[in-house]
Amino acid sequence: MNAMAEVGNHWWIWVLLASAVTYGTKLLGYSVPAHWLRHPRMARVAGALTIALLAALTAMNTLVSGQQLVLDARLAALAVAIIALALRAPFLLVVVLGAAASALVRFWG
Amino acid sequence: MASNSSGLWSSPAVRMGVSISIATGLYGISFGALGVAAGLSVWQTCALSLLMFTGGSQFAFVGVVAGGGAGAAALGAASLLGVRNAVYGMQMAALLGPRGLGRLLSAQLTIDESAATALGQTEKAEQKRGFWTAGVGVYLLWNLFTAAGALLGNALGDPGRWGLDGAAVAAFMGLLWPRLTHKEPIALAVVAASIAMLAVPWVAPGVPILIAAVVGAAWGYGSRSSGPAGQGANAQEAAR
Repeated sequence: MNAMAEVGNHWWIWVLLASAVTYGTKLLGYSVPAHWLRHPRMARVAGALTIALLAALTAMNTLVSGQQLVLDARLAALAVAIIALALRAPFLLVVVLGAAASALVRFWG
Repeated sequence: MASNSSGLWSSPAVRMGVSISIATGLYGISFGALGVAAGLSVWQTCALSLLMFTGGSQFAFVGVVAGGGAGAAALGAASLLGVRNAVYGMQMAALLGPRGLGRLLSAQLTIDESAATALGQTEKAEQKRGFWTAGVGVYLLWNLFTAAGALLGNALGDPGRWGLDGAAVAAFMGLLWPRLTHKEPIALAVVAASIAMLAVPWVAPGVPILIAAVVGAAWGYGSRSSGPAGQGANAQEAAR
């Protein structure tokens, strides 16, 4: 419809193949023996891993554009979110305020 | 009915799951718009949300298509970005212990949001409610809004204009926040995010997240205190 230049039907192969690989990756995690994770050290690894991933995802969404680091309106979203979280705002409000902050900075900027 | 629904609504995991579903589901609009702008058909774009269903990998895939890259490069970028889901899968298997069909279904619904909602709870029942509420909720809304974005396409213009990228930033910060309970997790978060950002210009998209994962794993492995594991460890303790 709006596609300016459709890349074509051969991309179906890659869409399906990549989907199969990502699903297989998810399933692979479920196949790891449960007793591995019961070890206290593995519990610490899992917990630290979660924090590291979430921190990197937050930074990524704030600062990265393509393969470059960019300072833009998303920084305002992060600042407003942190203030809202410190004030114990509910999750949905935090997200709405984040969106509003970046939209407003763009509007004025 | 009324008592039942208000009972469910009193569950913090359900409230958080619904909030996350709305916050991240809406972001599907920008994925749909980017998909068709990159040159994929509406159906190909929708298939990515239905079948791949892991936002980071989907954006990476579409990013390669938009840049005129090869199919193998799109496959590689999407696969690399999806590796963290294996880590979530391990954690969810330990928390939820799904069997049979439930296991196949929960694997598909294992994403940042559902894993984080489950890991944020301490009671086993709440962990399950959190996972399924966020997993099913994000799946439905993400696919609905992907289709909307793909059909509206370029009429929407730059998704950033609507602050959708700011919503994603706030959502991930909101997921991270409850874990920053004391100095050690805060230090880990700063170190992991900094190293990932330093890596951004030098490695392929998706790889910085994996580098952060390695930093986190090494930190947890080397740590003697119960510190950085924070809620993750407590949650798993409670699950047993």
